[in-house]
Amino acid sequence: MSPAAVVAEEDGRSKGSSTVASGSSQSLDCFSQNGAGLKERNYLGLSDCSSVDSCASTVPSLCDEKKENMNLKATELRLGLPGSQSPVRDPDLYTLSSAALDEKPLFPLLPTKDGICSLQKTGTTVVSGNKRGFADTIDGFSQAKFTGSTGMSTMLSPRPSGAQPSAMKEMPNKLQERPCQTNNGTSHNHAGASVSGSAPASKAQVVGWPPIRSFRKNSMATTSNKNNDEVDGKPGVGALFVKVSMDGAPYLRKVDLRSYTTYQELSSALEKMFSCFTLGQCGSHGAPGREMLSESKLRDLLHGSEYVLTYEDKDGDWMLVGDVPWE
Amino acid sequence: MNYFPDEVIEHIFDYVVSHRDRNALSLVCKSWYRIERFTRQRVFIGNCYSITPERLIQRFPGLKSLTLKGKPHFADFSLVPYDWGGFLCPWIEALAKSRVGLEELRLKRMVVSDESLELLSRSFTHFKSLVLVSCEGFTTDGLAAIAANCRFLRELDLQENEVEDHKGQWLSCFPDSCTSLVSLNFACLKGEVSLGALERLVARSPNLKSLKLNRSVPLDALQRIMMRAPQLADLGIGSFVHDPDSEAYIRLKNTILKCKSITSLSGFLEVAPHCLAAIYPICPNLTSLNLSYAAGIQGSELIKLIRHCGKLQRLWIMDCIGDKGLGVVAMTCKDLQELRVFPSAPYGNPAAVTEKGLVAISMGCPKLHSLLYFCHQMTNAALITVAKNCPNFIRFRLCILEALKPDPDTLEPLDEGFGAIVQSCRRLRRLSLSGQLTDQVFLYIGMYAEQLEMLSIAFAGESDKGMLYVLNGCKKLRKLEIRDCPFGNMALLTDVGKYETMRSLWMSSCEVTVGACKLLAKKMPRLNVEIFNENEQEDCSLEDGQRVEKMYLYRTLAGKRKDAPEYVWTL
Repeated sequence: MSPAAVVAEEDGRSKGSSTVASGSSQSLDCFSQNGAGLKERNYLGLSDCSSVDSCASTVPSLCDEKKENMNLKATELRLGLPGSQSPVRDPDLYTLSSAALDEKPLFPLLPTKDGICSLQKTGTTVVSGNKRGFADTIDGFSQAKFTGSTGMSTMLSPRPSGAQPSAMKEMPNKLQERPCQTNNGTSHNHAGASVSGSAPASKAQVVGWPPIRSFRKNSMATTSNKNNDEVDGKPGVGALFVKVSMDGAPYLRKVDLRSYTTYQELSSALEKMFSCFTLGQCGSHGAPGREMLSESKLRDLLHGSEYVLTYEDKDGDWMLVGDVPWE
Repeated sequence: MNYFPDEVIEHIFDYVVSHRDRNALSLVCKSWYRIERFTRQRVFIGNCYSITPERLIQRFPGLKSLTLKGKPHFADFSLVPYDWGGFLCPWIEALAKSRVGLEELRLKRMVVSDESLELLSRSFTHFKSLVLVSCEGFTTDGLAAIAANCRFLRELDLQENEVEDHKGQWLSCFPDSCTSLVSLNFACLKGEVSLGALERLVARSPNLKSLKLNRSVPLDALQRIMMRAPQLADLGIGSFVHDPDSEAYIRLKNTILKCKSITSLSGFLEVAPHCLAAIYPICPNLTSLNLSYAAGIQGSELIKLIRHCGKLQRLWIMDCIGDKGLGVVAMTCKDLQELRVFPSAPYGNPAAVTEKGLVAISMGCPKLHSLLYFCHQMTNAALITVAKNCPNFIRFRLCILEALKPDPDTLEPLDEGFGAIVQSCRRLRRLSLSGQLTDQVFLYIGMYAEQLEMLSIAFAGESDKGMLYVLNGCKKLRKLEIRDCPFGNMALLTDVGKYETMRSLWMSSCEVTVGACKLLAKKMPRLNVEIFNENEQEDCSLEDGQRVEKMYLYRTLAGKRKDAPEYVWTL
């Protein structure tokens, strides 16, 4: 049940063309301590790819066969309500799939919406986030959705994500091919030090873990956002990427909230980003003249009743973009 | 039994202050019970649902100070659904109706409404002190009522509450006649306050010893405030950002030099590191330093600062200090008693703290008795060393950020390490476990942790035996909270009488079933056994074999509570 694709938030290394999304880094797949025997989970059930990057640092030593079998169970495709957990509880599963249990199940009909790990979130956000996303998918709301909480900062693996803003913007076109990255690998490389266990963004998003008071968690998010603007010369927490999905689009986009300063900017940027889909729908890929027409049509579409910008906040509620001051 | 007249006994009882001692006095004989009851001024109620307000008032008519705690501890980590309970309202209403002259109210994890605050402010003429910790449900309007109506208010202390800002200038509601403030803490408020009103309030409060500002108070206002309150002992800084060449900053530096009495410093909710040098002069006097919300201070600046703080007894920081920084703490702060190291990001900073930092601290700070430590990894060897170096632990809370992580050197569980801690620290009262743990650690805890009162367990254990070791062994256990452990019905039901000796038990994502909980509730009528049924589906038939997601049970004399929301089933 682990999500298929791990969004390459760091350097967008693609692992060869045949790579299908591997198990997420958060379903702590069976990695041995010294990096050998890496195993990927393949949501399409194709043969395991061996070309995953180093996730050696992260995972604890749950490398016996037994755990691997458990893992298989945890990662099997299942339909079910998002956030619902398997009634058969195995505590071992927690190491491997605590996130998996909380995440959206794979829904083969809509490969674009599923299997994508959301960017750094606290446990609560992810759990509800996935739930909402899934529900929205099913109900087919015609809303462009943010999947991500605007309040949260990229505190995890900061350097990697800060370093590659441009690589992040574009998701690979083909559905079948996703870079199977784990954040650990890259942050491991970047950080230099071999600190094990520091699995950032896509790590197990278990509700209430680590046990930090929600007040403190929320404070950390807002403070760290503000202070990073003031610290000179430090990349610090560079970019604040959030996923944006538009209903009906074949794939999602990621935007760096820090590169905008007003809601207006953001919404025009999103317009441009998603215009290709709408243009596609209008069937006008061709002549520039017609494109121009369609652009204005798009604007009407986006500002009219068809699409509104919404986002999910840290409490898991869908909010209309624009109410809260930009900062 | 009574060789002395009542007045003499009363006088003696005046010297007995602690709750436990007082409780013990009241059990000696009927006449001591009676005398104690009428002279009791301070009451502590660890679970607001364990007794009704009416009964409290009836027994202690002379009540002046009340402490109430509401939600279970795991509510802090979003494990308790919204609206579970812990409402202040019925308590205030009952107290207001009675003739109790309440002067002090301390609340933790309770739901406090503006109406309750308003009623509180109007009902007790000598009300002096309000302390709210991790509460919610109120807005700045409620605070305005407190400010406006409590004429002899000495203390308004808001710690980590979720307060809605209604932009109503609550601080301006303190009347000009209010000159009694000793402690004011509004650091958790998100909105702005009238800086003029704040300065005037400080100016007319000669007894003000503790002041904690929120983020909206800028550096120049801080300087003016400090000018008017050179007697401050405890300062929480809001915003500490300014151009270091500016006049305001230079004025601040000079003002700080005059504040010789500051021994406790906190806040720095917004901070520009280049401004920090201004506080170096007061650092040598500090006994308490809380920089756990100062996200703007990086590791190297933290270390620079701490080198000046030779007298620290209490230090709360973030893990960006790193293992090296903790080494500096160990060298500098020889009197350190309490240390908390928080993660600077939900899953920690890659360059953060490990077992090495903790070992360094244990070597340099033998007086350490309270620890909260979030880290990336821990080894058995380190824990054994720490246990040897610091046998005085009262509170030992270790959180290895990655759940179920074993000792990275030996790949073994951390049973031996924690075992060493409980064996060495005979006075241990509070323990939080993490990392990979088998039933063995619980055997150690049951055997050695004789003074243990509170135990928090997550992702640990292998079988019911683990929980049973604890329940059988820890005679003084009061609060047990367990999440995501394979403890089931056998563990729950083997010794049901135990729970009446405890305040509460929390079990979530374990293996207990509805049937077992029902059985327990039936056997023990003086326990409330609550199950949270958070399924959105309407068919709420609870079958006995169904696994319980969240269970919270507590002893009570008040019976089943009437304010439980729909998803809470009291069996």
